Amino acid sequence: MNKYKNIKESFLNNFKDFENQLNGESKSDFHKIRKDAIKHFAELDFPNNKNEEWRYTNISPFLKQRFSLPENHINLDQINVSKYILKDIDAYIMVFINGKFFSKLSQLNNVQNGIKIKSISHCIKNNDNNLLKYLGKYVDYKNDIFSSLSTAFTTDGAFISIADNCIVDKPVYLLYLTLANNVEIQTQPRNLIVAGKNSQLTIIEQFSSTDNSTYFTNTITELILQENAVIDHIKVQEESRNAFHIARMEVDQERSSNFTSHLVSIGAKLSRNDLNSKFNDEGSEAMLNGLFLIEDDQLFDVHSFIDHANANCNSHEHYKGIMDDNSRGVFNGKIMVRKDAQKTNAFQENNNILLSENALINTKPQLEIFADDVKCSHGATIGQLDNDAKFYLKSRGIGEEASKVILLHAFASDVVNLIKVDKVKNYAEEIITKRINTRVKGN
Amino acid sequence: MLLEIKDLHAKVEGKEILKGINLNINKGEVHAIMGPNGSGKSTLAQALAGREEYEITKGKVIYNGKNLLELSPEDRAREGLFLAFQYPIEIPGVSNTNLLKTAMNEIRKYRGEEELDAMEFLTLLKEKMKVVELDQSLISRAVNEGFSGGEKKKNEIFQMAVLEPKLSILDETDSGLDIDALRVVANGVNKLKSDENAIIVVTHYQRLLNYIVPDFVHVLYKGKIVKSGGKELALELEDKGYDWLKVDNVQVAG
Repeated sequence: MNKYKNIKESFLNNFKDFENQLNGESKSDFHKIRKDAIKHFAELDFPNNKNEEWRYTNISPFLKQRFSLPENHINLDQINVSKYILKDIDAYIMVFINGKFFSKLSQLNNVQNGIKIKSISHCIKNNDNNLLKYLGKYVDYKNDIFSSLSTAFTTDGAFISIADNCIVDKPVYLLYLTLANNVEIQTQPRNLIVAGKNSQLTIIEQFSSTDNSTYFTNTITELILQENAVIDHIKVQEESRNAFHIARMEVDQERSSNFTSHLVSIGAKLSRNDLNSKFNDEGSEAMLNGLFLIEDDQLFDVHSFIDHANANCNSHEHYKGIMDDNSRGVFNGKIMVRKDAQKTNAFQENNNILLSENALINTKPQLEIFADDVKCSHGATIGQLDNDAKFYLKSRGIGEEASKVILLHAFASDVVNLIKVDKVKNYAEEIITKRINTRVKGN
Repeated sequence: MLLEIKDLHAKVEGKEILKGINLNINKGEVHAIMGPNGSGKSTLAQALAGREEYEITKGKVIYNGKNLLELSPEDRAREGLFLAFQYPIEIPGVSNTNLLKTAMNEIRKYRGEEELDAMEFLTLLKEKMKVVELDQSLISRAVNEGFSGGEKKKNEIFQMAVLEPKLSILDETDSGLDIDALRVVANGVNKLKSDENAIIVVTHYQRLLNYIVPDFVHVLYKGKIVKSGGKELALELEDKGYDWLKVDNVQVAG
């Protein structure tokens, strides 16, 4: 299996195979970006614990892997895709299997005027000018190895553009389903969302797997919010427990725009989430919420970076984790308040519950403040379940297990309750309940 | 006899707080336990409810024919023991309704009874809310979170009303209550009083006992009951304070 001496070589070789499969598309404009990206990839090194941004996230299990490109042909008869789609959700639905868009499985009929939902593959083939104007411009693929890798192999994903003043009537829901069948495949879901002035959009990304295969998802979403735009982003990550999930979100915010992110993360062996938001002008807001539940040897890492480059902006960050067994959690919240960013309001909090003695969280607020008239706060808590609360519940006749379930739920609830799409909120509740119940009863 | 405490000794953080409590309680009775600060009143209440930090070093407690000290806190509750907390705990994220529904069903399961359906449960809640004049909005809110002192205490008695315990221990339920709230809470307790249950009222002041009239009053001092009497003992304490009891050679009552 290890015919390549290291993972990097295997990716470089995959890229040759990838190019050979492209036929005419290798002449597309976007392919130039891919080639640029692979060039940078070849020059960059995978991070180790000496790299400050990866200090607590050990990727050596990833480095041992050798991934391959997914088969072009997917036999859809072998799975019932509909069971992976959120039930009864009223949304524009795009279904991707092994990173590839399947229009037959999607629901993009009668799309409202003012919103364009296209697959990235379609846009690349057609040298879509609008796509080329934005794609890859917000991600630093020249310096970040995972971004360069993802960009080099980018084939598909969602390109959503919303006209000025368009309030999108229902969410856009992207399901990324991996059907790996025990082949260690790599996929690079790529999304580009451009929200025009005064527009509003809710977007849902879900990452699921049909089985417990080992595979690699390396996804990037670029979001551009023009003046006064509102985007509510929800991500549910329930990849295979053997999967590697590397995700980056780059948010670019113009004046008075409003961005919200909700992350519910329970899957993958190793998941790393980079969320960057930049305020290009005044009056904007970013709210980042997240909940992760990890167990066994799972590792979850969220690195956020909010760049208060301008005055009068607010950011609000709250991540919560429940960790069991030997799991590892990493939270790094960087807030940069630049010199002219007066009247900045930045709030950050990370709360964690460790259910076992071997679980570990590394939490690090990183505030760099160069303006003098700002309000910034941060806090982190690490603890077990509150004994007083537990005794109170028990004194009402509620047993050990039920008390734990109730308290873990309560801990998780405030983050989940912020999800505004009921179907997603309920689903998040459901998977959290399932996880908590098995956890508590298994102990 | 509903409760029989014999020579109960208990330690908290290595320090002996209860030094030989003896107390007998029958159904239909209301007992007041009074005493100065630090005498062990709350320790006794919490120890009876099964708080793990309170280590029982000696003695026994027979509750309704069972060895209480062998039961887990939840089983004590399921057997009909209820503690109204001096400082009710705030539990963000758990609604009052959810707590009570889970409690009800856990108790019913223990007793081999069917779970209540949603309608029956709601009807029951509405009926019991009247007992303590609890504002309807409070039952869907997170347990005690952001409740005023009075609301918290009302909520304790509301829970008591719903769970219908055989033995209720009210731990300084009067502390932090204004006179109106005190009357409401006391009226609630009186409505719940019957020949089939018993109530222990732990209090520092006589004030509450004007409303919940005890059959017996016990004075706890330095971890022992140093005097027992009828309701007139409470008045005497109000009048004279506790100092006249704080003589070390005082006769230990049984």
